[in-house]
Amino acid sequence: MRKTLMGNHAAAVAVRLARTGVVAAYPITPQTQVVEALAEMKATGEFPGRFVRVESEHSAMACLVGAAQAGARTFTATSSQGLAYMHEMLHWVSGARLPVVMAEVNRALGAPWILWTDQTDSLAQRDTGWLQFYCSTNQEILDATLIAYRVAEELLLPVMVCYDGFTLSHTYEPVDVPDQALVDRYLPPIQYPYALDIKEPRAFSALPKPQEYFRLRRRMDADMQRAQEEVAVAEEEFAELFGRRYSAVEGYQAEDAEVLLVTSGAPASTALDAVDRLRAKGLKAGNLRIRQFRPFPTAQLRRFLRPGVKLAVVDRNYSMGHHGIFCEEIKSALYAMPNPPQVFGYVAGLGGGDITPELLCEAWEDCAAGRGDLNAPVWLEDSR
Amino acid sequence: MLEIRFHGRGGQGTVLAAKMLADAVLRSGRGECMAIPEFGVERRGAPVLAYARISDGPIRVRSRIYFPDAVVVLDPLLSLSPLVVAGLKPGGAVVANSDKSAEELAVGRPGFRWYPVPAKEIALRHGLGSKTSPMVNTAICGALVAALQVADFPALEAAIRESVPVKFDQNVAAAREGYEAVLRSNAAA
Repeated sequence: MRKTLMGNHAAAVAVRLARTGVVAAYPITPQTQVVEALAEMKATGEFPGRFVRVESEHSAMACLVGAAQAGARTFTATSSQGLAYMHEMLHWVSGARLPVVMAEVNRALGAPWILWTDQTDSLAQRDTGWLQFYCSTNQEILDATLIAYRVAEELLLPVMVCYDGFTLSHTYEPVDVPDQALVDRYLPPIQYPYALDIKEPRAFSALPKPQEYFRLRRRMDADMQRAQEEVAVAEEEFAELFGRRYSAVEGYQAEDAEVLLVTSGAPASTALDAVDRLRAKGLKAGNLRIRQFRPFPTAQLRRFLRPGVKLAVVDRNYSMGHHGIFCEEIKSALYAMPNPPQVFGYVAGLGGGDITPELLCEAWEDCAAGRGDLNAPVWLEDSR
Repeated sequence: MLEIRFHGRGGQGTVLAAKMLADAVLRSGRGECMAIPEFGVERRGAPVLAYARISDGPIRVRSRIYFPDAVVVLDPLLSLSPLVVAGLKPGGAVVANSDKSAEELAVGRPGFRWYPVPAKEIALRHGLGSKTSPMVNTAICGALVAALQVADFPALEAAIRESVPVKFDQNVAAAREGYEAVLRSNAAA
């Protein structure tokens, strides 16, 4: 049934449909309505899982370490500084191989005080061992959360479902809320293989020797690499059951494009309109939407690249002293190609500045006209 | 694509008005819809903006709206501001909470279709909000749906019952009065 939902509520509905056992969350700024909606569902009995209110985001994730180790399906949500505060525990969760799922509402980091969207918060968690998905619609927030549980529990790795603050999180649009029975078919009850069992006591995450640690990390990366395939399988089964298809990289008018915009999150939706506007002018424009940041979908990305195509990567995030973060990751992923395409970086909309179709067309035209700089990003601003 | 901009003040239910409109469109089966809040400094009384898009096909653009087809003004003082018609397309509709006439509102701002609705008076008559802070959003939504013909009233009623936290019947009655006020002025014109 289609309902008018804000992005945060789409995430909360997915958590209920997933029959999540334990939600732990810090309820104050920068928290969003994700956990507010879950608390309300808890109060009315719609959400039968445990809801644990904690004193910080760090504690929220620590609480889920216990809950997930006990074998529960778990969830939390956060944003910006809240995610930064959780940072240490993010490493612990992935290292302990706990399949925690988190909604991460992309919001800018202070100082100065700021409310609006920006991806630097989640991208700064790149090396924590979490899978990361980036959503472009509220429907995708619901769907990606269900897919996240499937993948997390298959791989025993945590997943972050990221989406733009306000532009998706607080924006209402129709979302198809699937039947519980269908979700139950897609997502059977969690079977965590190393769940706490008082009849069979074990030690967890105890001190290993360096060689053991090295091997554990190597095995973790092998599973992260295996995630490329597992995510594709989970997406395929999702398409069969629910009729909506997703993939790690999605192309639009990419086949004959001379310059490809590369976008993620909500601007990747606006980019479809920008491409149509450019095509209407007779220009060979296309868009690649990057949905998955970890594991980085190198092979899927390369499949879209013809010799001579140029990439205009639009980043709403930045690594100070270097480049936009997607731009750098893409350069690194394409370096080993025989004839890698030229990759140009555009930085736009930091801290919630509007990324309009006009701004995306400007990036595309700048790149097509050869005005881009391979060594430095172009900073683009919609001054309205 | 129909693009609408909402002007209100914090505490007037501006964002909820945009959401109820979008929900009414969905429930009417009249197409796709999106309601976008423009969050600023969230203080009661500060001017706030929200946007809505309505379209037959999928809505992909997720930016703010700079050149709206219609404007909705929830605050009577803001109704007088020249800013509310900034970027409004020629011939665009303005649904405004005001006890002034369309002719009075159009002075100095020609070329638009004005739909004044005495939303404050309607809200207070139904016990919505207080004299200093009336909840005008449902009366305005009724007027908006009548002015733009984007949803039918039963769909709006369902959207209101889903969205407002209290006083369901009073909010629906206020919406019906706003709806009928616009239909009456259309018939007179």
